[in-house]
Amino acid sequence: MPLLHVDHLSVSIHAHPVLHDISLHVDAGEIVALTGESGSGKSMTSLAVMGLLPRGAQASGQILLGGTDLLAQSEAQLCGLRGRAMGMIFQEPMTALNPVQTIGDQVAETILIHERTSRSLARDRAAAMLARVGLPTDQFPLSRYPHELSGGQRQRVGLAMAIALRPRLLIADEPTTALDVTTQAQILDLLKELVADFGMGLLLITHDLAVVSSIADRIVVMQKGHVVETGQTAALLAAPVHPYTRMLFAASRHRVDLPSPPPPVPLLEVRQVVRDYRVRRGLLGRAARVRAVDEVSFTLQRGERLGLVGESGCGKSTLTRAILGLEQVQGGTITLEGAPVWTDARANRAVRRKMQVVFQDPYGSFNPRHRVDRLITEPFHLLDSPPTGTARQDAIAEALTSVGLTPADAGKFIHEFSGGQRQRIAIARALIIKPALIVFDEAVSALDVSVRAQVLDLLADLCRRYPLSYLFISHDLSVVRSITDRVMVMQGGRIVEEGATEAVFSAPQHAYTRALIAAAPRLPDLERPLIHA
Amino acid sequence: MTRRWPNRSLMIGAALALIFIAGGFLSLIWTPYAIDGVDIPNKMLLPTAAHWLGTDHLGRDILSMIMVGAQTSIAVAVLAVGIGMGVGIPLGLTAAARAGGWLDEFIMRGNDLVFAFPSLVIAILITAVFGPGAVNAIIAIGIFNIPVFARLTRGAALSLWQRDFILAARVSGKSGLRISVEHILPNITSLMIVQGTIQFSLGILAEAGLSYVGLGAQPPIPSWGRMLAESQTLVSLAPQLALIPGLAIVLTVLGLNLMGDGLRDMLDPRIRAER
Amino acid sequence: MIGYVLRRFVSLIVSLVVASLVIFMVVEVAPGDPAAFMLGMSAQPDTLAALRAELGLDVAKPQRYLNWVSGMVQGDFGTSYTYRTPVAGMIADRMWISLPLAVYALVLSTLIAFPAGIYAASRRGRAGDIAVMGATQLGVAVPNFWFAMIMVLIFAINLGWFSAGGFPGWDKGFWGGIKALTLPAIALALPQAAILARVMRSSLLDMLGEDFIRTARAKGLRARSVLWKHALRNAMIPVLTIIGLQFSFLLAGGIIIEQVFYLPGLGRLVFQAITQRDLIVVESVVMLLVFAVIVVNFVVDLTYAAVDPRLRVQA
Repeated sequence: MPLLHVDHLSVSIHAHPVLHDISLHVDAGEIVALTGESGSGKSMTSLAVMGLLPRGAQASGQILLGGTDLLAQSEAQLCGLRGRAMGMIFQEPMTALNPVQTIGDQVAETILIHERTSRSLARDRAAAMLARVGLPTDQFPLSRYPHELSGGQRQRVGLAMAIALRPRLLIADEPTTALDVTTQAQILDLLKELVADFGMGLLLITHDLAVVSSIADRIVVMQKGHVVETGQTAALLAAPVHPYTRMLFAASRHRVDLPSPPPPVPLLEVRQVVRDYRVRRGLLGRAARVRAVDEVSFTLQRGERLGLVGESGCGKSTLTRAILGLEQVQGGTITLEGAPVWTDARANRAVRRKMQVVFQDPYGSFNPRHRVDRLITEPFHLLDSPPTGTARQDAIAEALTSVGLTPADAGKFIHEFSGGQRQRIAIARALIIKPALIVFDEAVSALDVSVRAQVLDLLADLCRRYPLSYLFISHDLSVVRSITDRVMVMQGGRIVEEGATEAVFSAPQHAYTRALIAAAPRLPDLERPLIHA
Repeated sequence: MTRRWPNRSLMIGAALALIFIAGGFLSLIWTPYAIDGVDIPNKMLLPTAAHWLGTDHLGRDILSMIMVGAQTSIAVAVLAVGIGMGVGIPLGLTAAARAGGWLDEFIMRGNDLVFAFPSLVIAILITAVFGPGAVNAIIAIGIFNIPVFARLTRGAALSLWQRDFILAARVSGKSGLRISVEHILPNITSLMIVQGTIQFSLGILAEAGLSYVGLGAQPPIPSWGRMLAESQTLVSLAPQLALIPGLAIVLTVLGLNLMGDGLRDMLDPRIRAER
Repeated sequence: MIGYVLRRFVSLIVSLVVASLVIFMVVEVAPGDPAAFMLGMSAQPDTLAALRAELGLDVAKPQRYLNWVSGMVQGDFGTSYTYRTPVAGMIADRMWISLPLAVYALVLSTLIAFPAGIYAASRRGRAGDIAVMGATQLGVAVPNFWFAMIMVLIFAINLGWFSAGGFPGWDKGFWGGIKALTLPAIALALPQAAILARVMRSSLLDMLGEDFIRTARAKGLRARSVLWKHALRNAMIPVLTIIGLQFSFLLAGGIIIEQVFYLPGLGRLVFQAITQRDLIVVESVVMLLVFAVIVVNFVVDLTYAAVDPRLRVQA
């Protein structure tokens, strides 16, 4: 008998159906990945299992955990099962822990809720569990508070809390999405170990197919509240049947065809740039200097697509802001087409108008109160004589059509568009003053896999039509590999390796690059060489 | 943007508040009786057909006095909110635009300092030096409103400054001032409207308190607070003299608060229906 | 932690200094000649000169300020112009009515508001919540001095449970004093309790929507335990801010309410001083009130650190 058997589960919220006839099962010792794009209902399914559906939700069907129908249990009975028979960890480690309670107390609480034992015994067991997840008490005493830990460490605490009583079932909802690549690999390895060690069943929810392929025994694919396909991982990846699954896998493996870069002419030159932050410690503390960018030098050629990878805290955001003229540097120079970005503590408008940027968050990149035409013409502020009247209308129409939208969209508000369309509008905004350089700052990271493929294709297309040079910043190595000619790897404020993309990815020289590439989960068959059109 | 419009809270509140506001405006051109007329033979009458709310200890018609008193309450409260917003919002925007810098620190410390002076204390200071009057009440309540709006604006603006669309505006070369006006301000107007309604109602309460102790509008200008002060010695003989002005205050403030709640539910898309 | 306390303390001192500067400048510098103001239009030149000398007005302003501050630190608040007695003596007795009244009201307000707010949050959307919200909606609209008048009407005049006013003095017994302050404190406390209950409820509801609450429920905690053990402590932080602000409102409200109950507190003193143009008394009373507010806010700041460990770590 399977450990968890979800049988014809349907859920509606305020009479609005969100899950349709979901059936899946997880066996003890098995890792089942529940995957799909945003809105597919995978998180909702996991909340239904735990009995944590939001107010106004109605569920029908059966959820059998070892024979007990969870949907037929009262809230009191469910409380008895949560934490003891089934545990859950969530996506966002930074907000998942109680900020005013020590980590020791939080882990011990799981034990104290379900067992009659003394507080000190519970704390001892908590210490043992924290050590098991990689937080030994000599380095991480039980009296630590969550804000003293990093994201990866907090996620480990969450894991310790969830498995403290060795539940039979563990549900992990996007547990590594918010973490760095190397931390992600560690947490995934830890999960695999614990499953093998404790004999738990793991229901892993993730949109990242590479993660799925590296860890899951079986895959369940969901779309818009339906299960469309399930099967053993290797078999399913090799031969998907359902059109949606095929589309999903193809999009994840999508390689973009970039045109060949033109002969090199320097466009952006960054020389020995240093950016220090002064960390003020209040009235009586001493000011400390944090070096965010440490003597970085590189050249971006005209028409080149340069990638920048690094984990959080490496300094890539700071470097980007310095290049764009938003923050002054404490040392070194940045020039675009020979002209310096900064002159006498002021950023040069004439230089800044040759650079634009596309941001990560399609939902936060636009003022919700402005219409599209006003939104995409914001860069006109950098021009000495911005176009007016028909010239302006023409510029708007051209920008919108070049990204695959229509001129009629100019009169709409941003909330009328989907995430992928908003990123297209963001690209239109970046293109409208025909800058020499565009910076893409994690521009596709927040998009669903299918939409991401479309936007990357759009980029390749724009490269063919315009002389487009860009700096592509991302933590997602597979995206960088397909969309750039050269790549730089940044760590601790320094560029530790740079070179042609394929060369760096297939034969990394620096230890950190090697660690990064080794840690990044990969979909099988992603190692064929890039073909230039 | 706007949800169920208009909602029940807003309607009831607006109706209540409007009764008194309308009364106040009407009294500018007409009241049932003149309020400066003393009519001792008719003093302390309970409500009758001739005097809908009765008369006070000097024979004056209470309904007329309530109407004219509304003028004082509304004028003081509105001007005080005006001062609070007019000074507080720009201060808050500036502090957020220069967050972390010395100007931000300076403005925040200034805010904290003003918070240490309740409007009564400011009114005491001003009155001691310049003599009593409605203007003092306006200034005293207005000054205390400044840090309320400054702090609220700064908080809201700070979270907006983190958003990418502000960064996009900076990349387009726009200055902090321009961004504050073009991008931040329009996105905080609903918050300001709601808070303005609340501060308006608080202003009416504050004005009543100040005129009760004699620091607000002086005779012959009537005010609800002073009506209460005058009724105090007679409260056992004629409780209606204390009840009626008090109820006027309660109903106006209640109406404004309901309006504020209703506006907040309508204008803030993040408020869940359950609240 | 020590760093935090020290920084708060420095902030306290700076606030006091700046507040005293502001008060000094408004009273002694702004209107030109305080002596002329106090004596009136028809004063003789030599009387004016004598008063100026007595008030120390012939000394340079910075020096006058320092004299005033150093005097206050030593307990010398100057001499009342009207009564020719040391202000410190006049303030002392009255202070012990106004300040305890504000504290009493603060305690009552908190004792009423916390259970009401927590109850309303735990019964969100149901009858109990609606009842509390309705009551508080009414409560925040009521002027406290009017409420006091109504209470006097009901409880003192009609029912006779309390006296209608006056204060027997602390030397006649602690409980007698408390009884005399009870009706005023309740009148002060209830409207503020209404505000505080709403803040408590809203803060708790905000917390209940946070991620870590979901984690707690995933561990198997019952809904009620989640509220008490996890949500409440986090919800306290914004509530504490309001309590600090409340004290200043209660102190000011108490000054006003003294008129209803004929309490011989700072209110009567300062209002008389205004009509008598006794600027020295006004100055001293205002300084005292502001001092009380700043000190109470300092204490509230310290309790933040006790509740929120994130503040303790800031080096």
